Amino acid sequence: MALFKRKNVELASADASENAIANKETEGLSQRQIVVKRFLHHKVAVASVFVLVTLTLFVYTALDFKLGPWKIHGWWKYKIEDIPELRTADCAGGNVGCPTWSLRPKFLGGAGIGFGEHPFGQDDIGRDYFALVMKGAQRSIMVMFIVGIVGGTLGTIIGAIAGFFRGTVDAVLMRFTDFVITIPSIIIGSVIGFHFGNLGATFLALYLGLFSWTGLSRLVRGEFLKLRELEFVDAARVAGASNRRIIFKHILPNAVGVIIVTVTLLMSGAILLETALSYIGFGVVAPDVSLGLLISQYQDSFTSRPYLFWYPGFFIIAIALSVNFIGDGLRDAFDPRQRRRLTLKDRRVGRAEKKAVE
Amino acid sequence: MAEPVLSVKDFTVEFWVDGVWYPAAVDMNFDVEAGKVTAIVGESGSGKSTTAMGIMNLLASNARTQGSVKIKGEEMIGAPASLLRKFRGKEVAYIFQEPMTALNPVYTIGFQIVETLRNHFDIGPKEARIRAIELLSMVEIPDPEKSFEKYPHQLSGGQRQRAMIAQALACDPALLVADEPTTALDVTVQAEILDLMRGLKTRLNSAILLITHAMGVVADMADDILVMKDGKVVEAGSADAIFNRPSHPYTQELLAAVPKLGHSAKRTLEFATLTKPAPVLTLENVTIEYPKRGRIPAFTAVKNFNLEIFPGEIVGLVGESGSGKTTVGRASIGLLPIKEGKLTMAGTDISHATQKELSKIRRHTGIVFQDPASSLNPRLPIGESIGEPIFLAGVAKNQELNHMVEDLLDQVELPRSYRNRYPHELSGGQRQRVGIARALALTPDLLIADEPTSALDVSVQARFLDLFQGIQEKLKFACLFISHDLAVVDILSHRVAVMQDGLLVEEGDRDAILKNPQMEYTRKLIEAVPVPDPAEQALRRAARLSKKN
Repeated sequence: MALFKRKNVELASADASENAIANKETEGLSQRQIVVKRFLHHKVAVASVFVLVTLTLFVYTALDFKLGPWKIHGWWKYKIEDIPELRTADCAGGNVGCPTWSLRPKFLGGAGIGFGEHPFGQDDIGRDYFALVMKGAQRSIMVMFIVGIVGGTLGTIIGAIAGFFRGTVDAVLMRFTDFVITIPSIIIGSVIGFHFGNLGATFLALYLGLFSWTGLSRLVRGEFLKLRELEFVDAARVAGASNRRIIFKHILPNAVGVIIVTVTLLMSGAILLETALSYIGFGVVAPDVSLGLLISQYQDSFTSRPYLFWYPGFFIIAIALSVNFIGDGLRDAFDPRQRRRLTLKDRRVGRAEKKAVE
Repeated sequence: MAEPVLSVKDFTVEFWVDGVWYPAAVDMNFDVEAGKVTAIVGESGSGKSTTAMGIMNLLASNARTQGSVKIKGEEMIGAPASLLRKFRGKEVAYIFQEPMTALNPVYTIGFQIVETLRNHFDIGPKEARIRAIELLSMVEIPDPEKSFEKYPHQLSGGQRQRAMIAQALACDPALLVADEPTTALDVTVQAEILDLMRGLKTRLNSAILLITHAMGVVADMADDILVMKDGKVVEAGSADAIFNRPSHPYTQELLAAVPKLGHSAKRTLEFATLTKPAPVLTLENVTIEYPKRGRIPAFTAVKNFNLEIFPGEIVGLVGESGSGKTTVGRASIGLLPIKEGKLTMAGTDISHATQKELSKIRRHTGIVFQDPASSLNPRLPIGESIGEPIFLAGVAKNQELNHMVEDLLDQVELPRSYRNRYPHELSGGQRQRVGIARALALTPDLLIADEPTSALDVSVQARFLDLFQGIQEKLKFACLFISHDLAVVDILSHRVAVMQDGLLVEEGDRDAILKNPQMEYTRKLIEAVPVPDPAEQALRRAARLSKKN
């Protein structure tokens, strides 16, 4: 084999230089590290993670919180059951129970930076509105996560089975999915809320989850149909892997990008759905509290006491927006075709260098 | 002397990645004259395609170009978009590697040619149609009137490439840039396309810039050659000088790495003189069918196929795309069911085996796949991929498994530390070696190698074949080596089987088949292989064409 006797040293470097430039950005990183790195480049998404985490902690530590045998005392002085006296003094326009929080320091003639007695004001009978909004936000966040987990799990499993086995199994599962899709979610939600609303927000969320997996399952099915044809799946089969191992060890981790992105969008949709249902009276019902319910209860007072509207509304928007942005950032991070665009700064540096060269 | 059509001076392309400018092509200087072919050769990542795209400013937004590119005397670097648009298609036309993706699948090829014509000339739809049909007949597409109305998917790969050439020639471009125009095609089709381009060059007097990694194609076409490596031109000169008197070591290495048909040493088997042992794999009258799906009727991929592979023997299976060779390979290890016939593997009949029976024989088989990009799970570290067959067979666990994986990595000459790396961190050649390590994990009796080198550069391929041969000589497994490249099969195999349209054309000793083929098809296949030597290739071409006429 005289043909192949040659120095291998230089060829080794040629071997490594293949795709060298394209891989510069991902050199020496695992898949997960690449995703994390790309995600951290998405400033809005990173800010949204911060906002969501802060909001969740803030909201859940405000009131007494029970989780099984553990009991956490809230840092806020009122509970939702408390009915303190209605404040009538120092409110503009003869209103009662106006918000007391202020950002205007005392030396500028304000009330000083702080929450005051009832930061978000009081409702008709004097209940502390801050406590109510905190409770409502807790409900929204909980609904969001339960729907995400239930819908995500169902959608992934159904989509994975349909996409992997194809044929009859696929046809049956996908026709069932089509059937569920044709029923508008708001109607399903209304029926569920009507029957189970009094069982509490947890049940409502579970049932919402049972009907919100359809979009995800279709996407996961498509991803499985694509991935199962790749050669590493055949390689695993030749290695003696069972169907179960191929699905969970080989295909599912490669579909995780689609799943995570869709689930985050599903979650922000769930918040809005819960709010909408509560607003039309089929979601969470009194004495429980939810943000949608609060808005619905005080819609008459929009002109006279708009703050009863603003605060729940603000929390709905803040949570839904930040979840959406996180989903956006994750989609970019998981998309291998997504090359980082040149930022203005990059261009500036590039131009300066070009000048220096010339 | 006439002014060159394309004149490139101090041309540099750089890419902005993660805060740093990386040069992809540095200080390129070359001219292309009318009626001449200049070839840029080099391996992947050497910057040859980047140069071709950079000439017409078709690069991604994170690229910048410097220097000067003049086409017919007009400066292209820093030219306004309107001028570039006028030049693209009209003065400079591109032919890409993969005609299926370069042609728009929702329009007929006629429509796409007419579109190009009407973009650049002030002509009506009827005239454009007439001109388009003229172009289609010029590129020798059968029945141009009918083909005008066809969609890209209705044409074969070679016809698609012809249609794309017709589109590129629509405006009589002064410069034709062909970026790997024949890489995706079979050898016989490749020979036809090269003939066509050669004919058009003399007829239209255009300049051609040919980008390729195949030295045989270069020998067939080029007048001048630039050899690129890591973004730099290491050697430039006439075809004769580069092929016969290469001065740069890299050029010499590149030429040495190209496998040459009919130049490899004789390979003999130990048992050749003794009585034959029992075959590892036997296929008797095997027919494989892809079942009907919906309205698509069932398709018979392989018909009445007979083949035996003996221990320690490498059998090369060659044929053009669609001939059913991959189907045979997959069926041989039970990845596809067979419809008729008998398939025996190490003494066990697996013609209609259940999953359970198959899992038993899988301990004796391994497979190396074609595409290094998709044959490894991107989410698993290399070590886990290699160890999976061992783990699943229950042979070893934990510490012991790690040792076995390290041994396997040693065997394919990869550092042990690669155990914890992920596939995307490895080059194509390294990934393919991981593929071998995985296939050899259980020391199989039979290895199926499905075009393991077709996605690799020549120098990487040479190393891979070297390594593969070494391991095979040591471990003495039987191997079915599937390839479309006759030269590769020539180097490795003891016996060769030739397939066409699902049928076995010819089978026998390597030298008997490759040096003295009995069947017309085999002869055609061998004649179409371009030889990396301009003088010899010219003779071969003349012989082939005289036979054709």
